[in-house]
Amino acid sequence: MNWLMTLRIALRALGRNKLRAVLTMLGIIIGVGAVIAMVAIGEGAKATIRSQIASLGTNVLVVLPGTLNQGGVRGGSGGVNTLVDGDAKAMMSEIPSVTFASPVMRRPEQIIAGNLNWGTLTSGVAPEFQQIRDWQVAEGRFIHEGDVESAAKVAVIGETVVTNLFGNDDPIDAVIRIRNIPFRVVGVLAPKGQTSQGTDQDDTVMIPYTTMQKRLMRITYVQSIVVKAVSAERVAEAQEQMTALLRQRHRIGPDREDDFTIRNLSDIAEAASNTAQVMAILLGSVASISLLVGGIGIMNIMLVSVTERTHEIGIRMAVGARSRDIMLQFLVEAVVMAATGGGIGILLGIGTSEVLKLWANWPTLVSPAIVAVAFLFSGAVGVFFGFYPAKKASTLDPIEALRYE
Amino acid sequence: MSELIRVENVHKIYRMGDVEVPALRGVNVVIERGEFVAIMGSSGSGKSTFMNILGCLDRPTSGKYYLEGEEVGSLSRNEWAHIRNQRIGFVFQGFNLLARTSAVENVELPMMYNGNAGKQRRERALEVLALVGLGNRVDHLPNQLSGGQQQRVAIARALVNRPSLILADEPTGNLDSATSNEIMGLFQRLNAEQGITVILVTHEPDIAAHARRQIQFKDGLVIADRPNEAVAAGPVGTL
Repeated sequence: MNWLMTLRIALRALGRNKLRAVLTMLGIIIGVGAVIAMVAIGEGAKATIRSQIASLGTNVLVVLPGTLNQGGVRGGSGGVNTLVDGDAKAMMSEIPSVTFASPVMRRPEQIIAGNLNWGTLTSGVAPEFQQIRDWQVAEGRFIHEGDVESAAKVAVIGETVVTNLFGNDDPIDAVIRIRNIPFRVVGVLAPKGQTSQGTDQDDTVMIPYTTMQKRLMRITYVQSIVVKAVSAERVAEAQEQMTALLRQRHRIGPDREDDFTIRNLSDIAEAASNTAQVMAILLGSVASISLLVGGIGIMNIMLVSVTERTHEIGIRMAVGARSRDIMLQFLVEAVVMAATGGGIGILLGIGTSEVLKLWANWPTLVSPAIVAVAFLFSGAVGVFFGFYPAKKASTLDPIEALRYE
Repeated sequence: MSELIRVENVHKIYRMGDVEVPALRGVNVVIERGEFVAIMGSSGSGKSTFMNILGCLDRPTSGKYYLEGEEVGSLSRNEWAHIRNQRIGFVFQGFNLLARTSAVENVELPMMYNGNAGKQRRERALEVLALVGLGNRVDHLPNQLSGGQQQRVAIARALVNRPSLILADEPTGNLDSATSNEIMGLFQRLNAEQGITVILVTHEPDIAAHARRQIQFKDGLVIADRPNEAVAAGPVGTL
């Protein structure tokens, strides 16, 4: 008996009991659908959490100058002035796992606009800082390369500064004064809100770092360099390469300590990513249980079917069906039910996750891998739970089976 | 004529709990190719058990069964299945057709288990159905056919793989006497024209009268084995 014929017999047997076949498949349909929808929700949540964490800056590293060690007295970080803006540029151009790097200088300053003044944190940054912090500009523009080269007296100000210095007036092209030096406002930053420590991120003024060096601080070094790695996973790699590059640039011998410190936030990223992973596994395993229950449903119906068709099995055996033929017939029936149920379940699962995405605004993500796994698994469920009833059918005694009514 | 069946000292003992029930107690029978044999006996005489052993459905407890010179009583289940498929055609009292399956598909069933291609299979099934006189009923379902017609379908199914032996177990038990005579006439014609060996189990003397040889069973033993003078030499009954 060939496969095609066996398949046809199985389809016909199922067709004779359509309602029963559909109800049996329902278990698998719901099982597979649940697995796919749940995993899609889990994956979606994971991706969302990842991107939220990334916006917190988990792939951001900070390079600070090393500590000053004089006769055993060790100062805090930033005690020496070893970093220059060339370090930032070198890291960006020479390390593939680094996307952006920007020198950052920070100093509290009193800002004056017209007859109002406001004390805030002034930052000297490079244009890359915008990409590193993923900070949008609400109005006007950010600092650009030309501003840095010419140490231009331009400023981009945060929402809180706008409210306190300009009220409802348009701040673009207005002039603010820092230490009596006039700066032209070229842009307003989109509001970012508070950090988890309660610092108002919008209470800030950004100017080119070269302007900060030359006009406000009169120094040639930079206070720190902020670096963005390609991804959170490659932070460690970036850190290693940055260390090697900076040691080389600063001509530090093999047995001497670094004259800089690199810090990152990867612990937070790892913890959050693990949480999401646990959630995805949990959802998936709960859904797998329903798939298992569906498989038991198939086994139940196949056992009933074998009993009901004992006489038919007897006839088939009398005319020359081998045990293998009978076994295959019932096994194929179970697998056809499971696989058809699996196919419909996949559509149901994808449909459910799309509906959740569209109407409930849940970020779902259907991965082709899980679809393939779910389908193969439902087929395996058919083989596994169809095996016992099929075995039972194939070992019936033909005389007994023929007598069965 | 050559020897088709040789049964030597066959015993069959059924075990019911602690009690041993002997069904056959040393049976010796030789049947030649082309014979038409009726196996007779009352209920419990062992004739059905003997039939099951001849049909490779049951195993003798002891003794030998040779089919076409080959000892088959001790073969495996799968080897038996192959023998039933290729060399034996069964006709039962209850017809045993697959329900909700057309006549022609019922006849095709044995061919599905020896890998015949679809077109060839259909042709052969139609040919055999025409032979038993049902050429115009091929697409009917069993419940749309009369008892006699259903039994003809069953006979066609028994013939389809060109077996050397047809085993008919009370084939007329569910039929009225007119239809019974038709069916017996069909067996006689197949036996005479196609040379097929027919072994018939019955407890009715008028049915057994159609056979050319009668073997009588009682209490698990052959008590009589004689040619049936009425038809042994004479012409075959009309259809």
